[in-house]
Amino acid sequence: MPEPVILLDDLTKEFPTDPPVRALSVINLRVEKSGYVAIVGPSGSGKSTLLNMLGLLDRPTSGSYRLDGIETTTLKEGARTKVRGSRIGFVFQSFHLLPHRSVLENVMLAEVYGAGPRTGRRKRAMRALERVRLSHRMDFLPGRMSGGERQRAAIARALMGEPSLLLCDEPTGNLDSKNTDAVLDLFDELRAQGMTIVVITHENEVSDRAGRRVRITDGILAEE
Amino acid sequence: MHPRDLLNEAMAGLLARPARSALTTLGTVLGITTLVVTLGVAATAGNQIVGRFDELTATSVTVEVPENPFPLVDWADVSQVTRLRGVVSAAALAESEQSANLSVRSNDIVDPTRITDQTLTVVASSPSLPAAVKGRMVEGRYFDAGHVARGDKVVVLGQHAAKMLGITRLERAPAVFIGTQAYTVIGVLGDLKREKSLASAVLLPPAIGKRYGLSIVTRVLVNTGLGAAELIAEQAPAALSPGNEALLQVISPPSPTRARDAVEGDVNALFLILGLVSLVVGAVGIANVTLVTVMERIAEIGLRRALGAARRHVAAQFLLESTLTGLTGGIIGASVGIVVIVAVCAAKQWTPVLDVRLAVMAPAAGAVVGLLAGLYPALRAARMEPVDALR
Repeated sequence: MPEPVILLDDLTKEFPTDPPVRALSVINLRVEKSGYVAIVGPSGSGKSTLLNMLGLLDRPTSGSYRLDGIETTTLKEGARTKVRGSRIGFVFQSFHLLPHRSVLENVMLAEVYGAGPRTGRRKRAMRALERVRLSHRMDFLPGRMSGGERQRAAIARALMGEPSLLLCDEPTGNLDSKNTDAVLDLFDELRAQGMTIVVITHENEVSDRAGRRVRITDGILAEE
Repeated sequence: MHPRDLLNEAMAGLLARPARSALTTLGTVLGITTLVVTLGVAATAGNQIVGRFDELTATSVTVEVPENPFPLVDWADVSQVTRLRGVVSAAALAESEQSANLSVRSNDIVDPTRITDQTLTVVASSPSLPAAVKGRMVEGRYFDAGHVARGDKVVVLGQHAAKMLGITRLERAPAVFIGTQAYTVIGVLGDLKREKSLASAVLLPPAIGKRYGLSIVTRVLVNTGLGAAELIAEQAPAALSPGNEALLQVISPPSPTRARDAVEGDVNALFLILGLVSLVVGAVGIANVTLVTVMERIAEIGLRRALGAARRHVAAQFLLESTLTGLTGGIIGASVGIVVIVAVCAAKQWTPVLDVRLAVMAPAAGAVVGLLAGLYPALRAARMEPVDALR
């Protein structure tokens, strides 16, 4: 049986405030390859904290997190950074595109910190843009594009380097319904191509398109 | 991370805000310009001063003979100095307060209705004086050893003194009267390059000078070959008065090299401080702007960390940005500084003296300033947790 892409085992996260806040309480989650999971929940429920754990942006207080079979909780910072850069693609609500760089340069940025070869980077970035049907905008600055196009550019950047996991934080939060549909269609296509996708959202339209929905409430995760 | 990627990212970071980058660079430009101009102008001015050390100044040595119970230097001792290797000419002089203002007339008629006398300085000298003062006998000749030995009552007038006394020609052996004593004028000494005050003096042989309290040598004038002055200044006292050399005072020309170094040192010390202050101000400017930039680019830092940038990558990018800012300031500053030096030299008709190393060192100094200024902001950026930066 192949290793799941995500395997959370009794994961907890406490913030050492006074009094301490337990943001995630004994989370268990398994996401297989090609899985498409929507994590829903109200504000302050722990969605973003969970995304930070899954994205190796923060460390859990206890428990285990295996990504592609790699136990990440015991990794030192350098190794965690490498795993994050090579195996996880991020899509943010506010796109996080560098405004003074062209779309192509923004996409190519994803490979700057990896160990991969520089040669062919431009071609790989153009292929990523083709996958999100944005190659005609490769020389545009993000400011000259619509919100949907910007998010597709951010998805192209996340796809560079062929990550195992696409982590999306409210990916349609800044988009109108037409662009939301376009982005969700894109997620469907990527999933069909074998991409594992975890989307954090509070929009039913987004969570309905995912094959699986889990709800987090007060740091406790439950399948729906 | 490939170095070219690091350079590309740093360049892109700087060019994203060109106006701000240009203004940030300005501080370093001012600092480096000041430094380059300081060093360049100091070197040029120092060299200029050395250039103005003419042969006369560089080869004139004077030995002052202080008052003493017994004569420290005899008139004949001048020949000992002349024998020294490097000495071109030398002469002894005797001057006194008593002889500084004597009444001298060109005839023996005392006319109370007219001013017939002049108050002149009377000086006794050895026969070699014309060469020692680099003068020329405008008329007649200077007294020689024979005149001295015989105690001939002869005098030589300085060119100005002769004019004051109305003596222009010597065919008729004119006389001058010092007090009531008459002396035959045998020559007029002019065109003095050294001891120009002697142009207004009456010059006597030592034997005659005794009458006016000029029996003891008070000064010895020595002319040396180029480059020999320092050595002769050391040797002359011993040659003139063996055993008493410590009592003699030697006035020698300052060493051109030392003079140049002193000028450079003085100018450098003053303006280097100004330049360094400007550089520090520039560095503070870079540090401030880089820190503000770091704060503005927190989201970008978060994104880069999410994309796999390690802390060192973030630190390296901001350090490189500040270093490039300093380097650019250094290159522009060095260029502006060199242009300023050349302009100053053109205006002053000086020959610019530029150390080629400046062209390399100045931009390097700018880069170091940028690097140091970027240390703290870069560390701040590197310390940011990705989860906080992305929030």
